[in-house]
Amino acid sequence: MSKANAINYKKGKEPHAREYRLVFKNVDRKGWDPGIDCYLQDGGYRELKKALLMDPVDITEDVKKSGLRGRGGAGFPTGVKWGFIPPNNTKPVYLICNADESEPGTFKDRYIIHQDPHQLLEGMIISCFATGANLAYIYIREEFPEGARILEKAIEECHQKGFLGKNILKSKFDLEIFVHRGAGAYICGEETGLIESLEGKRPYPRIKPPYFPAALGLYMCPTIVNNVESLCNVKHIIAMGGDAFAKLGTARNTGTRVLCVSGDVVNPGYFEVEVGHITMGELIHDLCGGLKPGRKLKAVIPGGSSAKVLRAGEKFKIKKGDQEIEIGIEDIPMDFDTLMACGSMAGSGGVIVIDDSRKASWILNNINEFYAHESCGQCTPCREGSLWMKKITDRITRGEASPDDVETLESVAFNIDGKTICAFGEACAWPTESFVAKFREEFLADTSEKYDDAILNPETELAAAHLSSET
Amino acid sequence: MNVPKEIEAEIDERITHYPVSKRSAALPVLHSLQEHFGYVTEEAVEWVAAKLDLEPINILELVTFYPGFRQSAPGKYHIRVCRTLSCAMEGSYELMEKLCQEAKIDRSEVSHHHPIAVSEDGKFSIEFAECLASCGTGPVCLVNDDFHEAVEPAKADKLLKQYD
Ligand SMILES: Cc1cc2nc3c(=O)[nH]c(=O)nc-3n(C[C@H](O)[C@H](O)[C@H](O)COP(=O)(O)O)c2cc1C
Ligand code: SF4
Ligand code: FES
Repeated sequence: MSKANAINYKKGKEPHAREYRLVFKNVDRKGWDPGIDCYLQDGGYRELKKALLMDPVDITEDVKKSGLRGRGGAGFPTGVKWGFIPPNNTKPVYLICNADESEPGTFKDRYIIHQDPHQLLEGMIISCFATGANLAYIYIREEFPEGARILEKAIEECHQKGFLGKNILKSKFDLEIFVHRGAGAYICGEETGLIESLEGKRPYPRIKPPYFPAALGLYMCPTIVNNVESLCNVKHIIAMGGDAFAKLGTARNTGTRVLCVSGDVVNPGYFEVEVGHITMGELIHDLCGGLKPGRKLKAVIPGGSSAKVLRAGEKFKIKKGDQEIEIGIEDIPMDFDTLMACGSMAGSGGVIVIDDSRKASWILNNINEFYAHESCGQCTPCREGSLWMKKITDRITRGEASPDDVETLESVAFNIDGKTICAFGEACAWPTESFVAKFREEFLADTSEKYDDAILNPETELAAAHLSSET
Repeated sequence: MNVPKEIEAEIDERITHYPVSKRSAALPVLHSLQEHFGYVTEEAVEWVAAKLDLEPINILELVTFYPGFRQSAPGKYHIRVCRTLSCAMEGSYELMEKLCQEAKIDRSEVSHHHPIAVSEDGKFSIEFAECLASCGTGPVCLVNDDFHEAVEPAKADKLLKQYD
């Protein structure tokens, strides 16, 4: 457990006083490099040595006690997930590190991979030992070519030091880790799509149940899929113990979290903070230097582009102790449960700040284009709906939409949400649902009844959408 | 199609990373070939299928699905500009426009199935990519394997000058 102020950081990259650097301890650190010697000099792989002397069951118990929740998007408790490996399992167990980092607004795993690969490997090796995995993969997005090389080099270094391979540090535990590069598809971040992709197929997500990876994952064997940041945290849980880790953050929302802020703030960037210890307003004004001069806050997308948008001026009801209180957007503490209570989610930690110079329809149209491009196409509501929503917002931004279009837009979203194989359905519907509900007047103001007749019937509109579909 | 010995050796080594199923090596093998030839040809699809004991369709369906694989030749330097929200807010569409102007690339023919446009002299090609996971330093782009952050549209020419 190191407090950030004991370490020197590169000029201009010093952590903010409100940060608590644990997973990002070595990011932007002066004199730091991704090599194993640097990591070892800093006490690296000490936790691995400690873990290898423990009973694997106790490690899982410690991770459960820590309260660690997945940092990839869903916020599911990591220890509980590990516990889902069937007790009488006789098949091999696999572990996959999800390094696909592709949720718009999220940029944290990138820095761990590029600057501190051994922290990730140490976390992975411990996690593999705990779950009984002898073969693990790091599924890294193709757009991190340098990251893939750095990880492969780090793996080679681990082999040389005996941290990987057969009989690791004489523990009788064997493990191989390989880097697997994706090929530019967002849906490979969804864990079952990722698994299909790793099997050499199109990344079509599998339906749950029955295909929960912990029971039926890679090659139909129990498979643990965890995010980069989640796996790094495992190392710190071993270092400080699950109980101590659980004291960081707030109840049920333990540990630290790397928040990635982009958009209309003076100083965008990444900030590792104790979960729930800062509010949205503090994040924007204190850590990010506030909004640009003369600008007012319009909205925030708090957990990656899939998270429902929060509007400035909106009132949110949350529980404080036994009481229900009403708070505004800037008072929201940045934790899993509160953001959910506010009708959105902490998601991947990607916070996109939007000021009053932006049009809601322009923002939504950009997001819709992303989802229209990335739908894998298996489910009709998602495949057709994502493109249809994009076509409508496109017309709204061009000022060629009828007021009825806004209603259609909303109904398309509601017809995707909850009706698809994977959570991409919600991911693509929520932005539209929330933007239209919260900025309806603004959307309508850009429409005109003179386009009423221009509305095509749904089938022709879809056909037209397909014909003219661009990048 | 002539796959050089050292590339094939690298491919054979990669296949050993998947002791349970050779099919899992499809993406890495395609990456190796694309890196060498610039794109994935029909012959390459057949070569990979034969290598992994699969049908060509098993490979073709990957090449047509994943945006990371190309079926036509890119320029000597292939540029991918992030199109997604945070970068768009920082001017990535303007950056795209400027880069095209400077490199003399005509994007009027691009579509979902043909996202890449190549300059007249074949030196540069360009396409939009979705969020490159560096949203705090937008607009960002990749030129081959080089990552560039905070690329001001007005300095597009400077970026291109690094590639001669
Ligand atoms: C459409 C979609 C995209 C996703 N993309 C990512 C991603 O890029 N990285 C990631 O770690 N998790 C992503 N996830 C979440 C994964 O499915 C999975 O929950 C996560 O990797 C589990 O790890 P964790 O429990 O450590 O968070 C995505 C989920 C969905 C539905
Ligand atoms: S919801 Fe969308 S992305 Fe998910 S499986 Fe269905 S079509 Fe594919
Ligand atoms: S939006 Fe461009 S890197 Fe994320």
